[in-house]
Parts: sequence; structure tokens; C-alpha cells
Amino acid sequence: MGLAIVLALIVVSEDADQGVSQRIFSIHVPIALTSYFCFGLGAWKALLLLWRNDERYDLESYVAIHQGTIFGSLTLVTGSIWAKASWGVWWAWSSNQLVLFLVLFLFYCAYFMLRFSLEEGPVRARSSAVYALFGVVLIPVSFLAIRLAEDFIHPTVFNREGPQMSASMFATFCVAWAAVTLLAYVLYRLELLGKRVDADLRELREALR
Amino acid sequence: MTQGQYVAAAYGVVFVVVLAYVAIIAAKLARLQRQTAELLELARRRQPRTETVPRELAREA
Repeated sequence: MGLAIVLALIVVSEDADQGVSQRIFSIHVPIALTSYFCFGLGAWKALLLLWRNDERYDLESYVAIHQGTIFGSLTLVTGSIWAKASWGVWWAWSSNQLVLFLVLFLFYCAYFMLRFSLEEGPVRARSSAVYALFGVVLIPVSFLAIRLAEDFIHPTVFNREGPQMSASMFATFCVAWAAVTLLAYVLYRLELLGKRVDADLRELREALR
Repeated sequence: MTQGQYVAAAYGVVFVVVLAYVAIIAAKLARLQRQTAELLELARRRQPRTETVPRELAREA
């Protein structure tokens, strides 16, 4: 992560069009992609829960969606800052990409409302899993909106001819993406471990009573 | 605000959020460690003469 920040802030040359603000790209896009990945992972674990009827996937799905929501909120904040720096607006309701990502984010925020409104048990696990699976439909729509929208606020950087940036910018982007993915993975494992130990301790306490 | 300040703000927000998240996880792990110690103590008081506490639990505490 440190290497990615050094590359993004110091090594990479300034963008001719956007200037210094283009450096936000190196953190904003990897975070957004990681957010999509976490939501997708949560939906995959939800599918496994419904398919194999194994309760452990419930916690894994929940933690992945929790991670996705954290990275999603960071995507919205860094994206807004970048928009303000480059185009002078914090938000544009006319941009399909922004609105669709916000819809995806709010959809998964509502996942927590559903989850915590139900009693712990198989009903909650299955209801949450079905809800998480519905949300996965929004991921490709949100991802492809950037290509369909063709608005000024979100130019397409990756197209059929490859990445539309210099080699150093692309290398920085790859390092940053790897770093953010690794960070998300470590946080995912840590949170999952904590929640599993917590559940085990609760069970142990009940057994000792 | 200058463009440089916006860049600093974007990276700063990410840093603060990740730091807060790690702090929350650390606090939770500390609480789990305390609870493990309490349970170990409870198990010891219950059966003082027999060794019923799992080894993993005893090592953590």
C-alpha cells in the first residue's frame, strides 16, 4: 500500500488534461473495483449458503457485504472529491454511473436493516442470502454504465484498445489495485476471525452456565 | 481549495477510514481476549481438580 501511495503521489507524472487531481484515480478506481468484488463475493457466499445449506457461509456473506459497504462509501467520498477537483461539482444526478453506484450502495445498506430486523437463525440467514443475491444483478449494470452513459463526468479509461493512459500510470494503477485488494482480503479475514471467535465464546459461555 | 488539497483530502479520508476500521477490530479482539480469560477463570473455578480446559483456550489466556 505504501508503494502504491508513493507511486501515485510522487513517481507518476501529472496528467496533461486533469493535472494533479488525476492522482485520485489511483486510489478511487481500485477501491471501487474492490467494492464490486466484495459485493460479488457476498452474493457468491449467499448462493453457497442456499445451495449447500451450510450456515458458515452466512457469516462469510455478511462480512464480505460489510467490507463492500465500507469500500463503497470510500468510493463515493473519493469520487466526489475527484469530481469537485476536476469538474467543479461534488455530485451529478445526470450521471448514470454515479447514480447506479449509489443505488447499489444503498441497496446493500438496506441489507443490514433487513438482517438486524430478524431474529438470529436459519430464517435470517436465508432471507439475507436471497437479498444479497438480488443485489448482484446491479453490479454488472453499475459497472457497464460507465460505458453506456458517455457523459463528461466519467470518461472511459479502459476500452477495446487497452488502457488510455501512460505506462507509468497503468503500472501505478495495477500496484494500487493489488494493494487495495490485499488490504480488503486481510480486513475480511480479520473481521471473520473476530466474529467466529465471538460466536464460539458465546457458545462456550452458555455451555459453562 | 487547490487541486493538491483535494488529492490530500481523498487520500486522507481513505487513511482515516482504514485506521478507524483497524482500531475497531483491535478493540474487538481485546474484548474477546478479556472474555476468553473470564471463561477460563470460570472453567477453573468450576472444576478445580480436573483438567477440562482445552489447551488452545489455556494458551490464549
